[in-house]
Amino acid sequence: MYGFEAMTFNIHGGYLEAIVRGHRSGLLTTADYNNLCQCETLDDIKMHLSATEYGPYLQNEPSPLHTTTIVEKCTLKLVDDYKHMLCQATEPLSTFLEYITYGHMIDNVVLIVTGTLHERDVQELLEKCHPLGMFDSIATLAVAQNMRELYRLVLVDTPLAPYFSECITSEDLDDMNIEIMRNTLYKAYLEDFYRFCQKLGGATAEIMSDLLAFEADRRAVNITINSIGTELTRDDRRKLYSNFGLFYPYGHEELAVCEDIDQVRAVMEKYPPYQSIFAKLSYGESQMLDKAFYEEEVKRHCLAFEQQFHYAVFFAYMRLREQEIRNLMWISECVAQNQKSRVHDSVVFIF
Amino acid sequence: MDHFTEKLPSMDLMRSEKMTFVQIIIPAESAHRIITYLGQLGLLQFRDLNAEKSPFQRTFVNQVKRCAEMSRKLRFLMDQVNKAGIMSSHSVLQSDTNLEDIETQLAEHEHEIIEMNSNSEKLQQSYNELLEFKIVLQKACNFLVSSHGHALSEERELVENVYSNEDFVETPFLFEQETMPGPSKSNQSGLRFISGIICKSKVLRFERMLFRATRGNMLFNQAPADEQIMDPISTEMVEKTVFVVFFSGEQARTKILKICEAFGANCYPVPEDISKQRQITREVSSRLADLEATLDAGIRHRNKALSSVGGHLAKWMDMVRREKAVYDTLNMLNFDVTKKCLVGEGWCPIFAKAQIQDALQRATFDSNSQVGAILHSMDALESPPTYFRTNSFTNPYQEIVDAYGVARYQEANPAVYTTIIFPFLFAVMFGDWGHGICLLLGALVLIAHERKLSNQRLGSFMEMLFGGRYVLLLMSLFSMYCGLIYNEFFSVPFHIFGASAYKCRDSSCRDAHTTGLVKYREPYPFGVDPSWRGSRSELPFLNSLKMKMSILFGVVHMNLGILLSYFNAHFFGSSLDIRYQFVPQMIFLNSLFGYLSLLIVVKWCTGSQADLYHIMIYMFLSPFDNLGENELFWGQRPLQILLLLLALIAVPWMLFPKPFILKKLHNERFQGRNYGVLNTFEADLEVEPDSARQHHEEFNFNEVFVHQMIHSIEFVLGSVSNTASYLRLWALSLAHSELSTVFYEKVLLLAWGYDNLIIRLVGLVVFAFATAFILLMMETLSAFLHALRLHWVEFQNKFYHGDGYKFRPFSFATLTEDEN
Repeated sequence: MYGFEAMTFNIHGGYLEAIVRGHRSGLLTTADYNNLCQCETLDDIKMHLSATEYGPYLQNEPSPLHTTTIVEKCTLKLVDDYKHMLCQATEPLSTFLEYITYGHMIDNVVLIVTGTLHERDVQELLEKCHPLGMFDSIATLAVAQNMRELYRLVLVDTPLAPYFSECITSEDLDDMNIEIMRNTLYKAYLEDFYRFCQKLGGATAEIMSDLLAFEADRRAVNITINSIGTELTRDDRRKLYSNFGLFYPYGHEELAVCEDIDQVRAVMEKYPPYQSIFAKLSYGESQMLDKAFYEEEVKRHCLAFEQQFHYAVFFAYMRLREQEIRNLMWISECVAQNQKSRVHDSVVFIF
Repeated sequence: MDHFTEKLPSMDLMRSEKMTFVQIIIPAESAHRIITYLGQLGLLQFRDLNAEKSPFQRTFVNQVKRCAEMSRKLRFLMDQVNKAGIMSSHSVLQSDTNLEDIETQLAEHEHEIIEMNSNSEKLQQSYNELLEFKIVLQKACNFLVSSHGHALSEERELVENVYSNEDFVETPFLFEQETMPGPSKSNQSGLRFISGIICKSKVLRFERMLFRATRGNMLFNQAPADEQIMDPISTEMVEKTVFVVFFSGEQARTKILKICEAFGANCYPVPEDISKQRQITREVSSRLADLEATLDAGIRHRNKALSSVGGHLAKWMDMVRREKAVYDTLNMLNFDVTKKCLVGEGWCPIFAKAQIQDALQRATFDSNSQVGAILHSMDALESPPTYFRTNSFTNPYQEIVDAYGVARYQEANPAVYTTIIFPFLFAVMFGDWGHGICLLLGALVLIAHERKLSNQRLGSFMEMLFGGRYVLLLMSLFSMYCGLIYNEFFSVPFHIFGASAYKCRDSSCRDAHTTGLVKYREPYPFGVDPSWRGSRSELPFLNSLKMKMSILFGVVHMNLGILLSYFNAHFFGSSLDIRYQFVPQMIFLNSLFGYLSLLIVVKWCTGSQADLYHIMIYMFLSPFDNLGENELFWGQRPLQILLLLLALIAVPWMLFPKPFILKKLHNERFQGRNYGVLNTFEADLEVEPDSARQHHEEFNFNEVFVHQMIHSIEFVLGSVSNTASYLRLWALSLAHSELSTVFYEKVLLLAWGYDNLIIRLVGLVVFAFATAFILLMMETLSAFLHALRLHWVEFQNKFYHGDGYKFRPFSFATLTEDEN
């Protein structure tokens, strides 16, 4: 399984691994979160963040701040980090880094297509897109009327094209179809990413397959829970699960027939790594499941930094930063709307 | 001895300044002024009394926020001024304005500038649109005119081919066009067009997208725009391309318009009628001229406003920075119980107490406060910071020492000795008075431009060079001195101090390399005899000289280090260290290497042929044997035996007694405290919880003993390896002289041997570059680093603890531009 990464990894990857580990040490700590949670206004948050790596990005913002500005600027920092790393990366790391953004690309495509369906302004939609998932002709998505056109006009130029070939139907776009499209795309993406990581081999393959398996399983559970009570048939549901992960293949069979959340829970509890997720939840509760998953995910991503000479640190760093931005968004929203009692509901401490 | 040292005048650099821990109680109403005055004075280091509070929970958080907001506005204005390219040449001198005034002025200015910007932005946008429209009109006309003719000609071609190629689907555009009725007049046929302008970089993708969306049913024409157009977001000039798309059908039109929107292409309608086109072009041109005038006026107005602000900006920035520093410092203070005064704690040098008192009084007076601020000394728990008052000459040497470690409070400061020894050791390795002159010129240039250079921002390398200009000066002077002794000028010997004492055996001088020279007169008065260059005895003589010299310097240097440990022990009143560390160390080093130095000196003075290696080796192997021909002076053998015995005794002497005595002292001190647990429990309630007076260190004998063992072994082994380490002086000096000889003889002289101007020039250039880059830069660097090592390791490990921390007073002078 292990090659001799230690001998050759640093030739191309050493510099960037150092960079990413440096970025990682800039992540907010529990002490930071504790201070942030005590903030009274958004200006306080800005003031606190000015002592962190976000400082230079926020310092030139005029004083009546909005949550969106904070999130936007923080995301900008992540994007700048990413772009810097991508510029410095050589093959196969650059491909690996590009893979990280495909998830955002899928989300953006779905966002724009749904938005156009509901006749929103394209510019407005573009502003909502995640900057990491942008591609050149994204605005043209609005032109497409059905899935075939979507593929033929726009997506054929993007890296998503191969994933799309699996879900092309000539059906018109509606909410249900779009959601199915998103999940099919995501499935194809995860499987492709998984294959790619296996091809890289070594510690990267080992750690990434763990992280991606978790991601796939989480999506499987979410799909199941979201599709309970909809017209999605069992077979269709089964088709949306990615073909790897701990649940594959037997868990998928069981998940496909689940009718309520407690059945899902029963399926998951058969798998030891996921038992702890439900330990804190009471029966029939699904609201807190997201947070439990996020916490587990953060834990796994932090663990990725324990090993050296592999690419999973890049993936883990991007995910951790995104979680951090989600946390900041939640905290700022709570502060802005005077809901400070709920501040701890959704914040996932990273360290 | 004590008498003598105490009578010496005190020297600032010998030991760091005496510090005292002070508490200041400041009435709230005069707090701001007092802190400002203290910041101007810059001699008090405040301690953060609110370390556990986060920044926004502190008292003066709002003021800090205000300052941050103001500095943001200032940055914005500065940015605008820089963008407009206005030089803030005249800085307006004005009387002290207070912060509130600046704040309101800033808000006004910012508002004004933003308004102007948005106005001019609107104007700029319409100007851009008109400009684009004009360009599109110009370019699109050409297409339309040509496409009319083009379409007609293709039409004819098609009519001929259409029946033979009826199922040929690859030409849908033409096919569709054919099916339309009345093909000669395109606007009636349903063939429409959209014209517009788009960024040059997007054209290709745009065309492809159009092609796909219309399934090829379109004709795309493009032409580059002649003028660059400003991008409103990045305010950069971009190149654009005019395009005209011909298509048919309503559905295609909506699609194309959507794509245009998605690509940020601006579409402008172009009438097909030529007379109409002319009319619109004229209209657009006249409106453009109007707008241009308006825009220019707007920019002039704006520049005026900016330049009026520009003069103040630097001063305001400085004020805001100071103000923020003051509030940051105020945030470090505590409110006392009554909430009427602030309590601050911090370190200050004892000599500065009067000045601080004075500043406090002035501040109290100036702010018309009823109550004065109180300053009093306190006991401190932690050790005081280290503060040396340096000037621009001593500062780089202090930096050299600080780079290793900041001196412990009041510890003997090696920088005093470094000032001379460091450049001297450098020069021993860099001895060449030609190179020395080059360095001297460089140092003199830096010193001559001192005033100019110190005010401007330099690159990191230049800054380092400039900071070390006085080091460079001394290094070059000493290099010239050592170069004169070695008699090297770019490796060429000179007869400066009279004629050489040696001459060749015969007139041809052929056997100088093989058999040597003969002495015929008094020795050369200063330095190495120039005639030895290239002779048989050159290298053996120089090697022997430099090697022995290195050992002498090393032993003296290390002795100085041990002596300094005596002064340290004496100063801190630790007789234990003197008796059981200083004395045996001194004996050990000098009985071995001090003796070697003595032998060297005796050998030099008497001109004896004795073999010093032999003497030193057999001093250990068989101390009782007869020295034979190696005997240098009477009584050498008993002296050697004595010295050997002393060295052997010195090792256990420095190893064992100290830890045992420490243990005994500890036991004596805590003998009566076996019931201490109860006492301390009560005492804990009385004193402050974090007081260290109750806290006595746990004495761990094993730890102390191991520590002492490590130290002793390190010293014993170190005295051998350190002495050997000083031989680098010889090695580098040899390398330097050999390198310069190679460049001189194998490059310059070789090239000079040809009677060809070009070869000579090339040789000269190569020699000049080799001298400048290899000998002057790289060799300087390496000699510098080796001298640094000799100081840090061989010298300082004999006495220097270097575990202190620097005194960082709150001072406006240290606020720099990037500390916003």
